[in-house]
Amino acid sequence: MGFEKFLFYVFALITLWAAGMVITRRNPVHAVLFLVLAFVSSAALWVLIEAEFLGIVLVLVYVGAVMVLFLFVVMMLDVDLAALRAGFIRALPLGLLVAGVMAVEIFLIVGPANFGLEAFPPPDAAPADATNTRDLGILLYSIYIYPVEIAAVILLVAIVAAIRLTLRRRPDNKSVDPARQVRVKKGPDRIRLVKMAPEVEEPFGASPTTESGETS
Amino acid sequence: MSFDAANLLPILPEIAVLVTASTVLVLDLYLEERNKGLNHSLSLLGLVVALLLTGFVGGGETQILFDGNLVRDAMSDLLKGAILVVSLLAFIYARPWLKDRGMLVGEFYVLGLLAVLGMLIMVSANSFLTLYLGLELQALSLYALVAFERDSKRGAEAAMKYFVLGALGSGMLLYGISMVYGATGSIELGPVAQAIAEQGMSNKVLVFGIVFMVIGIGFKFGAVPFHMWVPDIYEGAPTPAVLILGSAPKIAAFALAVRILIDAMQGLHADWRDMLVILAVLSMGLGNLVAIAQSNIKRMLAYSTISHVGFIFLGLLAGSDQGYAAAMFYSIVYAVMATGAFGILIILSRTGFDAERLEDLKGLNDRDPWYAAMMALVMFSMAGVPPTVGFMAKLLVLEAVVRIDMVWLALVAVFFSIIGAFYYLRVVKYIYFDKPAEDAPVLATTGGVRVAMTFNGLSLLALGMFPAALLTLCQSAFV
Repeated sequence: MGFEKFLFYVFALITLWAAGMVITRRNPVHAVLFLVLAFVSSAALWVLIEAEFLGIVLVLVYVGAVMVLFLFVVMMLDVDLAALRAGFIRALPLGLLVAGVMAVEIFLIVGPANFGLEAFPPPDAAPADATNTRDLGILLYSIYIYPVEIAAVILLVAIVAAIRLTLRRRPDNKSVDPARQVRVKKGPDRIRLVKMAPEVEEPFGASPTTESGETS
Repeated sequence: MSFDAANLLPILPEIAVLVTASTVLVLDLYLEERNKGLNHSLSLLGLVVALLLTGFVGGGETQILFDGNLVRDAMSDLLKGAILVVSLLAFIYARPWLKDRGMLVGEFYVLGLLAVLGMLIMVSANSFLTLYLGLELQALSLYALVAFERDSKRGAEAAMKYFVLGALGSGMLLYGISMVYGATGSIELGPVAQAIAEQGMSNKVLVFGIVFMVIGIGFKFGAVPFHMWVPDIYEGAPTPAVLILGSAPKIAAFALAVRILIDAMQGLHADWRDMLVILAVLSMGLGNLVAIAQSNIKRMLAYSTISHVGFIFLGLLAGSDQGYAAAMFYSIVYAVMATGAFGILIILSRTGFDAERLEDLKGLNDRDPWYAAMMALVMFSMAGVPPTVGFMAKLLVLEAVVRIDMVWLALVAVFFSIIGAFYYLRVVKYIYFDKPAEDAPVLATTGGVRVAMTFNGLSLLALGMFPAALLTLCQSAFV
């Protein structure tokens, strides 16, 4: 067993163990941290198959950015674990059955029978001066330029959708804009006298509601 | 490999739509509240320009561009045109609804246009990668449109369901794509078809891949048993969003099915045909039967969609050029009918009121005879009553099925569409033979909406009487 193979098994085992811990931990923060571990060890697996750039990107983007945000969200939300785990034992047999069937199927289809070394012999090791960042970049911006552009538009959609769904001007917000405050001059800016008819108090409950926001 | 600017010529329609979306996005920031209508005009202009450009760059021989990622052929020309026309109608209908509710904002048009862009990319995709990216672009925009009314709990729930099930469907599709890639070594449709022709049926991985892909296609079409999301989303989403997601995306889903099943997997026709038979029979049966029990017209139309999807599958599974052309004809016609039906629902709605129940259509004839006639045309067409185009569409599909000696399937289809005629005709009965509710106000619509609806309704009649033009175009896509 070569050193490379040994490393593979070590990282593969760490990945599996960490993934198992993600779904069995009670504390969601621990679960997220184990997910980080799973990402880091799968990045190591990628480096082992000479996809160095992708491995580094996985660590930078997922571990460095996405998971940190994830951690923030988990810490800010009060996740009710009891409710989440309520049906766990009851659904466990069915879940195990489905998972077992899936695992066997996947093994039979994408296992060694169809994708073994006979069907796909290992490629020659890349020369020492090969840079897969450069190769990947050339591919992305020549052959795959059209898909890359589409992916860019998808990101635009994500931005527009996220802003549309979450950004709102709250009418009950009483904050004052200081810039406008200091520009107030003497006269009509400060006080405005309005002439209006005397208001007769209506009997209680007779006034029609003028809310028009609700549409159900 | 070096870039050739001639590559850009066939995607001019896509570029036009993207430029319009970006312009609206930026311009919207500088528009005052009362000028928001400019977004609308600009979007319509963009779509019209894209339509003209489609005509301009279309025709002629099949071109494969961008190193095999993109194809421009007779099918993409026709489907792009159909998607643009249908979306144009949808945007026109949507405007009064949005204006009444203070939602006439740029984002609606940006997301709508980008959804259209996703569909255009799908119909002219020539590799699984482009196909998938177009699908996601369309789907993400539609998820956001479903949640557009952000204070509505039902809208948020519908968007959540749509998002989760849509992601599941995309996942299935991707899993299938990865298996096919593993078995054939390519994600480009042409080489995949070639590899399949060489290996044939012997490869188990391919067969598994196609199972997952058919499931993914079923999800995107909303075919039984992958239909659970359709009624809930049609009911919960704001009507303009349903208008956009219930019409043109069916054409795009058809393109997805054709690109995957026919352009890439024609060699495995015997495999996917049986799967489509199951999906088609279940869809026609369940869709038509459950639609009868609905009192909410949006839910009813959702189940009606499901049954129409069954018919589209009938044409696809025939496996003949004639069948494909019939299915294409059907999906285009269905999109036009669905736009008309949801357009009428928007016309019936007003501030603080959404037309959702069947009773809301009562006495439409007394309120506005012209819209009543248009709605009746749409309903007759969906039921398949001659001389409307729905009859022609069903006839062509059935003919294709009979030609491959699956007479039983044609009989099942006829049986269920007779059952289906009941609930379409019930709508016509509500329109013409019932009195309107006491408090029903006069329908006030703009001239643009009236012109668009007139075009929409009469085109169903005209295509029904003179189907040759559209049919020839459909047939020329599969030669």
